[in-house]
Amino acid sequence: MSKLAIPQRMGALKANQVATPLVVLAMTAAVVIMPAERSGWDVGGTVSFLAVFATTVAIFGIFTLGLNVQWGYAGVFNFGVAAFFLVGAYTAAVFTKGPAEPPFERYVGGLGDKLAFIPFVDSDQWLPFLIGTLAAGAFCGVLAFLLSIPTLRLREDYLAIATIGIAELVRNVSVEERGLVNSSKGLVGIPRPFSDYFDPGDYKYVYLGIAVGVLLLLFLLVERGIRSPWGRVLRALREDELATEASGKNVFAFKAQGFVLGAVIMGVGGSVYAYEQGAASPDTFTHFFGTFIFWAMLIVGGSGNNRGAILGAYMVWGFWIIAQQLQGYDLPEVFKNRIFFIRDFILGSLIVIVLLLRPQGLLREERRVSISVERRVRKLRHPPRAPPAGQPAESPPD
Amino acid sequence: MATLEAAYGRLRDQLRDLRRVAGHVIAGPALWVLFAVLAVYSAVNPDTRQLFVVGVVVGSIYALGSMGLTLTYGILKFGNFAHGDMMMLGGYFAFFALTGQILGERGDIEASWGLDSLPAATDGIAGLSFGYGLIIATVVAVAAMSALSLGIDRAVYRTLRRRKSGIVIFSIASLGVAIAARSVILIFWGPDPRVFVSGIHPAKSLPFDITLKADQMFILGAAVTLTILVSLLLYRTKLGKAMRAMSDNPDLARISGINTERIIRWTWIIGSTLVAIAGVLLALQSQLNPQLGFVILLPLFASAILGGVGSPAGALVGAMIVGISQEVSIDYFAPGYKPGVAFVILIFILLLRPNGLFGAKA
Repeated sequence: MSKLAIPQRMGALKANQVATPLVVLAMTAAVVIMPAERSGWDVGGTVSFLAVFATTVAIFGIFTLGLNVQWGYAGVFNFGVAAFFLVGAYTAAVFTKGPAEPPFERYVGGLGDKLAFIPFVDSDQWLPFLIGTLAAGAFCGVLAFLLSIPTLRLREDYLAIATIGIAELVRNVSVEERGLVNSSKGLVGIPRPFSDYFDPGDYKYVYLGIAVGVLLLLFLLVERGIRSPWGRVLRALREDELATEASGKNVFAFKAQGFVLGAVIMGVGGSVYAYEQGAASPDTFTHFFGTFIFWAMLIVGGSGNNRGAILGAYMVWGFWIIAQQLQGYDLPEVFKNRIFFIRDFILGSLIVIVLLLRPQGLLREERRVSISVERRVRKLRHPPRAPPAGQPAESPPD
Repeated sequence: MATLEAAYGRLRDQLRDLRRVAGHVIAGPALWVLFAVLAVYSAVNPDTRQLFVVGVVVGSIYALGSMGLTLTYGILKFGNFAHGDMMMLGGYFAFFALTGQILGERGDIEASWGLDSLPAATDGIAGLSFGYGLIIATVVAVAAMSALSLGIDRAVYRTLRRRKSGIVIFSIASLGVAIAARSVILIFWGPDPRVFVSGIHPAKSLPFDITLKADQMFILGAAVTLTILVSLLLYRTKLGKAMRAMSDNPDLARISGINTERIIRWTWIIGSTLVAIAGVLLALQSQLNPQLGFVILLPLFASAILGGVGSPAGALVGAMIVGISQEVSIDYFAPGYKPGVAFVILIFILLLRPNGLFGAKA
């Protein structure tokens, strides 16, 4: 047993370990102080602003988590997150909205009233939303599976090209097929879960809870999956496909599973987004907003690390919000007109800079992904006589 | 039982092999025949004849774009997702050199030294909508794009090469470059589309009820000329030989004494030349639009894969097929489905013949 060497905590902290907390702290300060200052240090306004901010981070965290399953763990290269974003959001919308009123709005489904089929328990407040979210995940999963058949056996960047294509195609279909999801106007008035119970002003805090809850659930699910033998096969084939195949693993099946799981998570994210916004329009699901931003989040946060993925969502969206806040300040007109474009430029450069200078992102990949090994290490490090509760299961620094 | 199972297994393996061989032998010629029949049909059918001709023009532009793409793909071994946005940026550089216009505080401000202030620089030559000013502007754009690409390669891709990063890391980096290039366009020229020369230019009537603008004929001619030049470069010069060697096997090329970094630099220069010219021609055919950069990537990749990655002649054929299919599809589907057509072609070719129509070995 003693042969299983456990590196002890190093005395001196490395620069790397200081950099991440510092950057996160600086971002947090900016995210809190700027809206507070803009609202004239009004606590209520700031808290409400931060609640909306946190909700968006949680929703985008779901997407980044899904992308991390695909790229960070399975090594599948998806440049068409927008496709799954769109399918998830629209699916959720047509499952929860009431029937369409043809002259103004035309769309398929409109099942909201029919799905609240359990009497007595206010099922209209939650059941259609649950079914809508599940359907959103299922539709995205099917789409990913269909897409994986022609592409996953080929060069890894062919899938990226194909996913760009599918993102373009589903957007075209949603705009061109007039009766499908109301064409280019998109869908508005998507109902919200549990909205009858709460005051509209307070609802954003409720929804923050829902979004964080969904994110947490998916996070735990993915963590559990990754720390299983299944997750280790994914990681192995990402590192060396040939060696994994030689060990008797069906590479295609595992990659497809990773791709589909990620897509299902993105579909769920799309549904959570649709309920929060109450609207979905094709303008949202462009390559830039629907795909690039999630890649920026994942690369900045650290691919191959679920906490990093969520942290990346926080950092990039924080940066996004800062740019928005800057617009309210008295800045030179030339700069103010272009602030969003400058923000985009920085985001693009950030991807490159992180890849060059800190390829692992803010949080590096965990070296160990196994529940049983972790349990054993914990036991070794904290022998049974120590109180079992309250001991954080930290992985040692490398 | 065991022998039966073994026999079944053998049979299954043989069937699979047979299917694979048959698929390989049949799929190539079958696709060729299919594309040829569709092309001839759309050229003969009076309803689609005009669209067919426009498709050839669009295909020429795709050809230039995908030739650059296929060269970097073949030699640097990664899909450059910044290619479409670089193409747009090249068009904007030419626009800036020609007109000197740039977005100011409110509306455009115009530099005093635009090429259009040269004497008779914008007078149309032989019915074209542009004069020699645009030609010089294109040369300026080519130089600027070459310098920019070399700079990006040195700062980004060379570092990744030295680190021996996987090709996917290169592609993600190119995504970052794509976003940055698109934002540069937005910062300096704003989101509204632009054209080199405004106004309507009459189209000429040709035999067989075809109308074609002089500009479109110019585009076609430029694409054919450049394809020939690139092919000559690849197959008739020492540089081209070295480039092909590197495309086949980079390690073997290196130990044979080829200076691979030098070849990579030349690849970027040739690729950027094609990219800048393609951007200018695209702006002549339709418009300069910052949103177009990523959308055009799909037909470019479809053309490059269709023709077989690394082959410029293949890229030309692939681009023609994609361009014609996209334009002729307007007769059957809504114009919004044009990118969808490129996508369907891409999926077909990936399913049936992932090495391209010319069937190079993987």
